[in-house]
Amino acid sequence: MKSTKFSELSQEQVDRKWWEIGDFFRRNSLWMLMYCTGCCAIELPPAMTSAYDMERLGMGPMATPRQADILLVSGYLSLKTLRRLIYTYEQMSEPKYVVGLGSCTINGGIYHDSHAVINQLDQYVPVDVYVAGCMPNTEAVMNGFVDLMDAIKHKTANGWKKYRDNYDWYRQNQIASLGEVEVHDEFHE
Amino acid sequence: MMLSMLYGVGIAFFGFVLHTSVAGINRKISGRLQKRYGPKWYQEFLDIFKLLSKRATSHGWIFDFGVIMALGGIIATAMFIPVTNNFLAFPDFDNFFIFAYLIAVGMLGMAMSASGSGNPLASIGVMRALTTMLAYDIPYMVVIVTIIKLTGTSSISGLALYQQAAGNNWFIVALPLGAIVAVLALMAGLGKKPFETYIAPAEIASGPLVEYGGKQLGMLFIMMEITHFIEVSLFVNLFLGGAENIFIFLVKYFAVYTALSLISNVYARFKIDQVVLFFYKWPLLIAIVQGFIAIYLGWVI
Repeated sequence: MKSTKFSELSQEQVDRKWWEIGDFFRRNSLWMLMYCTGCCAIELPPAMTSAYDMERLGMGPMATPRQADILLVSGYLSLKTLRRLIYTYEQMSEPKYVVGLGSCTINGGIYHDSHAVINQLDQYVPVDVYVAGCMPNTEAVMNGFVDLMDAIKHKTANGWKKYRDNYDWYRQNQIASLGEVEVHDEFHE
Repeated sequence: MMLSMLYGVGIAFFGFVLHTSVAGINRKISGRLQKRYGPKWYQEFLDIFKLLSKRATSHGWIFDFGVIMALGGIIATAMFIPVTNNFLAFPDFDNFFIFAYLIAVGMLGMAMSASGSGNPLASIGVMRALTTMLAYDIPYMVVIVTIIKLTGTSSISGLALYQQAAGNNWFIVALPLGAIVAVLALMAGLGKKPFETYIAPAEIASGPLVEYGGKQLGMLFIMMEITHFIEVSLFVNLFLGGAENIFIFLVKYFAVYTALSLISNVYARFKIDQVVLFFYKWPLLIAIVQGFIAIYLGWVI
């Protein structure tokens, strides 16, 4: 008679199992906060409505950063919007993912020589998935989301851990560009 | 007693599973209505479990305590729901007014917690939710009091048995004007489209839920599913003659909820003053006319 012996699982293995179960739920229900600064935002309506129907993957737009899982940065970021992007990113609850849309988030795109625009988003907040193109078509956008789901499944979408571990480095880059990350004026007091 | 309590919690859990599935199927239906493929039917379960698996920020102990109070209050209300004639935990305590009072505990817990977050949009959302409640509760109560006056009982299962004993003479047929008011009030209670002013994602960033994320939001989603279960089953018991067995209950429940969400798919959102004016103008008038016709003239079909 065959017998199965169960070996005692260590705490680490138990944690990993729970994390895998959580990852199943997280990748099948991704809620987005859309940070539409650039022209790539026009590719999102066909992705959401009946042409490509993002909801069949369990994705959908959300109203506030607290509720969202994905921060979708579509397009270029000026220094003013970068500051608000950092506020928004830090308000999101972990685990959180960032998707960069279009070439502006990769290398500055067509605005690369502007004095008011940052070139590489990766220097300020960690980006999990890039969708290249100027602008990327809707198939590419959907493909980017599927890539993000695969990355979550294979535990490679850990930008939020990177941000926590290398916080000083990110903060240093943010200060180098913005001078002061938390501004003090009459709108924020 | 202990066994009845467990039975009651079982009914609350049954309501959660039932309503989450029905709401998921309805998301699929409205997807098909918009020529989309639609999400999986169990998408709502995935959403809730995902939220429970996330880390959350706290905004002080009132914020956390209010969420627990909301969930606890709603589970306590759902314990008294008679699902069918025999499937109920507390046979003598299913008076209508128990639901009217106990459901407020959950709502006030949520209001307290949302105000505790300190976000102005949350305060606006809570204020709108309470105003909407005030608007739809008065016409609804007039209809319910008419029914109680006609039948002489205020027990929910008693009312269901009364309708079954009269040869399935449901109140949706016997009191057609009152049924219209009840449907409108149910739509407002469920937060369906013309009356979902207090959620308004594009306007006040989902209102009371604006500061919630992770575990607290997951608990509030569970609370909302059970609230919807309570409201729809009250309608089924009061106007559709309850249910002799569980299958009839499931059919009636699904029909009511699907019909309401189909109606809500073709409407845009009211402003809050339009909601209050609407409910105090037409449904209140219709409810009073119905009460007059039914009680003083005795014209009950």
